[in-house]
Amino acid sequence: MITSAPTWVDERRAQASAQFAKAGFPTMRQEEWRFTNVAPIAASNFPLATGAPRHAAALVAGVTVPGAVRLAIVNGQFAAGLSDLGALPKGIRIAGLRDGARDATDGLEQHLAKVFSIDAHPFAALNTAFLDDGVAIIVTGGVVVDTPVHIVVVTSGDGTPVVAHPRVLVIAGANSRVGIAQTFIGAAGDVYFNNAVTEVVVGEGAIVELYTDQRESEKAFHVANIQAHVAAKGVFASHAFSTGARIMRHDIGVGLKGEGADCTMNGVYLADGDRLMDTHTSLDHAVPHCTSHEIYKGILAGKAKAVFNGRIIVRMDAQKTDAKQTNRALLLSDEATINSNPQLEIFADDVKCTHGAAVGQLDEEAMFYLQARGLTRTEARDMLLHAFAGEVIEGLKIPALRGQIEATLFSALERDVNPSTALRAGSLS
Amino acid sequence: MLDVKNLKVRVDDKEILHGITLSVKAGEVHAIMGPNGSGKSTFARALAGHPGYEVTGGQVTYKGRDLLDMDADERAREGVFMAFQYPVEIPGVNNAYFLKAALNAKRKHQGLEELDAMDFMALMKEKAKILDVDEKMLQRSVNEGFSGGEKKRNEIFHMAVLEPSLAVLDETDSGLDIDALRIVSQGVNAMRSPDRAFIVVTHYQRLLNYIVPDFVHVLSDGVLVRSGGRELALELEEKGYSWLETSGAGART
Repeated sequence: MITSAPTWVDERRAQASAQFAKAGFPTMRQEEWRFTNVAPIAASNFPLATGAPRHAAALVAGVTVPGAVRLAIVNGQFAAGLSDLGALPKGIRIAGLRDGARDATDGLEQHLAKVFSIDAHPFAALNTAFLDDGVAIIVTGGVVVDTPVHIVVVTSGDGTPVVAHPRVLVIAGANSRVGIAQTFIGAAGDVYFNNAVTEVVVGEGAIVELYTDQRESEKAFHVANIQAHVAAKGVFASHAFSTGARIMRHDIGVGLKGEGADCTMNGVYLADGDRLMDTHTSLDHAVPHCTSHEIYKGILAGKAKAVFNGRIIVRMDAQKTDAKQTNRALLLSDEATINSNPQLEIFADDVKCTHGAAVGQLDEEAMFYLQARGLTRTEARDMLLHAFAGEVIEGLKIPALRGQIEATLFSALERDVNPSTALRAGSLS
Repeated sequence: MLDVKNLKVRVDDKEILHGITLSVKAGEVHAIMGPNGSGKSTFARALAGHPGYEVTGGQVTYKGRDLLDMDADERAREGVFMAFQYPVEIPGVNNAYFLKAALNAKRKHQGLEELDAMDFMALMKEKAKILDVDEKMLQRSVNEGFSGGEKKRNEIFHMAVLEPSLAVLDETDSGLDIDALRIVSQGVNAMRSPDRAFIVVTHYQRLLNYIVPDFVHVLSDGVLVRSGGRELALELEEKGYSWLETSGAGART
């Protein structure tokens, strides 16, 4: 725990703790959790992870992005020894939350645990109740940071099931610019529960790109809240790529708070076996003249399940809103399922909101076309799957980070999509 | 090169081809003509190995091997090429990237070294020039947003790069204006050689003014009702297909 933490931290922890004690773990009777059963998490009673696990250094080394500033968070604690701040440019400050929280000049008190509502996000409340350490990234107004920032979040109990509550706060000053990637990782086969919260405050005219690379152990539970506020003319882009975890739940929420703000919210998720990928996104158009673009793509094999709930709220004042949402999923087996639910709540009358959802199998005519030119069925399928995800990958503008995410995704495709079982025998009519 | 004996093909539980017999030697160009619904495209797709076209009888021997025993991709790597009547749009798959993969799949199959990016680019540029293919088309997604003419030209471009032994052109002339038709035909004619054969499926004789066939076969209601030389196509041009309705029934028995 933050020793001698400022009073405001103690207060927020206590509030969150009380809220979680009152509400408890969500159940499937709640609308927001209708398809995702978190009872296995609640029942596990994981102890809080402590200390430095054996594999941390190797795990961090395995995902190193050349040229990036690296921040390691191990079991919820900022790990200075595994971080590499050598490339840190001027105008950006990185602080461990434990120490940084004492510094009133950074805006931490103003923003920490203030970008989301603890009532609406039980797991974020739980994270906040255990708020101890983590990382704050503060970009000074007007500074354009060219060096990407890579946060590596490791969770491991060295084989013993544990829980960690990693925490990241990004504050981008007016007209600043920064690109951040967050890789969630654990040792293959490990059981653990990673309950992450990332808050992002995008100042006026600032541009923040946040890439999420969720590649937890296939036996892990991964819950992440990514919540952002965007001020006038600010731009926030979230690109989430999820290939790991037995049960994943992402709550990604963006509030467009100032006129002319823009949000991109994209993602690709991939699962096989009986894994579950649940993505809940929320876009809150609170003021006029904001734009948002959302594309999610899912690839599901085996008996995998996915949930996509895309909420768009257009408040009464938010005239001239332009919001577009697309969710597409490919089911590669008869037993894979998805519950896809666009949820548009529009209270303004002069807006443009479109949404589309499509669930299907691989296009067999396209498969035949590729095969008729000489590609094997497996090669043809890989080409179509890469193309399917490609639309989202193309949105990654930071080459160093894009390369790694692309490689993770494509190796997961090979791992999860077994050509002999994944596809329905191609009978056509 | 190709021996088709009494080929019967079913689509959706309905027999479309009732027994086609046709022999194609290397170096020859055969035209298959016939009215809409006669089974021309079914014949082309069955040769290419489309899984929706079920062969219920007969044999097809290609270069001494049982063609029907091979999947579509193996047929392609063995040198069978079909230019699609309706080329499929594949968003996100780069045309040049796909063609390189296809060519190298074939080269690997033949025991040849795969082409690297440089050599492949040089080859593409050479072929693109012959067919007057805009190089921008090569960097777009396969057929996506192509006009009808561009799609057909892209098919012939694929053929030129893949250099098949047996090329089946399925109504390549449909949707082409006269200039495009001339360019596409020039591309095909440039590829005519003693060790390559063509089966040209078409509704109209017009194409055969440019690609002059050695043999013309008339398909009606799933059977070949007449075979002859080029003059048969001219006769069809003059008389249309209506005469088939009387003679076609007799020919089937």
